[in-house]
Amino acid sequence: MAFKFPSDEWIKELANQLNASEAYEKAAKDWEGDFIFVVEPDEAYPHTAYLFLGLYHGKSTDAALLSSENEREAEFILRAPYSNWRNVIEGKLDPIQGMMTRKLQVKGNMMKIMRYPKAAKEIVACCALVPTEFAA
Amino acid sequence: MWYFVSPQIVFGEGAICALDELQGCRALIVTDRTLVELGLVGQVKDRLERAGFEVRIFDSVEPDPDVQTVLKGAEVARAFEPDWIVAVGGGSPIDAAKAIWVLYERPELHPAEINPITPLGLRCKARMVAIPTTSGTGSEATMGIVLTDREERRKMGLGNREAVPDIAIVDPCMAAGMSPQLTADTGLDALAHAIEGYTCAWHTDFADGLCFNAARLIFRYLPAAVANGADLEARERMHNAATCAGLGFSNALTSIAHSMGHALGAVFHLPHGRAVGICLPYTIEFAAHQAPERFAELAALLGFSQAGGEEGARALAGAVRELCRRIGNPTSIAETGLSRADYEAHLDKLVDDAFNDTSMMSAVRSPSYEEFRQLFLYAYEGKPVDF
Repeated sequence: MAFKFPSDEWIKELANQLNASEAYEKAAKDWEGDFIFVVEPDEAYPHTAYLFLGLYHGKSTDAALLSSENEREAEFILRAPYSNWRNVIEGKLDPIQGMMTRKLQVKGNMMKIMRYPKAAKEIVACCALVPTEFAA
Repeated sequence: MWYFVSPQIVFGEGAICALDELQGCRALIVTDRTLVELGLVGQVKDRLERAGFEVRIFDSVEPDPDVQTVLKGAEVARAFEPDWIVAVGGGSPIDAAKAIWVLYERPELHPAEINPITPLGLRCKARMVAIPTTSGTGSEATMGIVLTDREERRKMGLGNREAVPDIAIVDPCMAAGMSPQLTADTGLDALAHAIEGYTCAWHTDFADGLCFNAARLIFRYLPAAVANGADLEARERMHNAATCAGLGFSNALTSIAHSMGHALGAVFHLPHGRAVGICLPYTIEFAAHQAPERFAELAALLGFSQAGGEEGARALAGAVRELCRRIGNPTSIAETGLSRADYEAHLDKLVDDAFNDTSMMSAVRSPSYEEFRQLFLYAYEGKPVDF
């Protein structure tokens, strides 16, 4: 079964994959900080979507599709057009390189993110494990 | 989409004369006391003064500089208001100078906030010249800034594209006085930059040639530079190789050997180049098991093996070990004299620190926590990696 991206089911499945990942658990064992991923419209996807991912000490505590950016509080907001998210999920765009080239725009404490590069890698590895159905 | 960033590089014997053409009023030299005592800083100061600069020297940079040092240096800079920051030294003074420069321009920042993603807005107050006095770090051509967090005994891999110096003066005479041991250690650092820059997941067409050529020069000239420091051809080619490797990896990235080397350096104070030189072959063998292509390609280009695949990659690891032996450097951590008990007592911290080092971002094969533990143990024992 494939999960549509972006959707409530997709982000919940990512949380499941993270919670099953020993590599992520080790890499993020001290991590505290929730994310909102903002999927912005582009030629491949006409809507805006907000995905909440709660992360605490190597586990995902919560995951949900939000109706707006303000529905939940998160320490980090990562924003990119749909096609750039697709490239990240498909492993074509390294998320750190994406941030360095402003293809992904991050709001939050960069000093904290840069201390957990392995965790970022493992999140992307888990994304790749989610069977994903993309728009067009 | 990616970037290639480089300073203007002035190189060769007599390159130091480029200081004569510098335009400005005040220059802050950032260096260490040893280089002042050796007279190398005096040469730079004299040239700057002849060029019309008022010069101040900040010579408090220690090996593996920490946050407090760069905060002190930034205070000096703010009081003196230089329009040029001139770094003279190996990686420690050059990295410290970059951080001092950033904090001079952006006094509200903490050094740990220097990251590759947030724009810094440098060059409003000063520009930077870097003059390497070792042939290894390549910091004169890189965006990287390595500072040590002494409380946590951890090296922080910081950096930003804007922190690449404006000018790198790569004059072999400035490195001619290095001891054989320093020549060997720093040369292996440059080799690790070249090999990891070529083989990491972030490698690029623009950096590949620099990394390959640097590796070629190091395999050829490092033994001669160690054996006879007066061999000026070897000195010059090594000095150029280190900058090529720096430029190469700064526009790609380093990888697992550097993450292990940073952890070992912070915990046991092993010289950085010696630590990465030891770790490099083990990390090549580890990667070779699943992703041998780039290593095998480099081994073929360097003439070590045409076998390709894992066999070719392992030939590269073997060539690195052989080079270490030729220049009298250890090929295992045990050979450095660290006791096994002491090593194992710190193993969890080594793995934790290496696991989340910024160099891990570009590993072609990403080790699990347990595999990392094994890598550290194999590197201690000198056992070729078989997993």
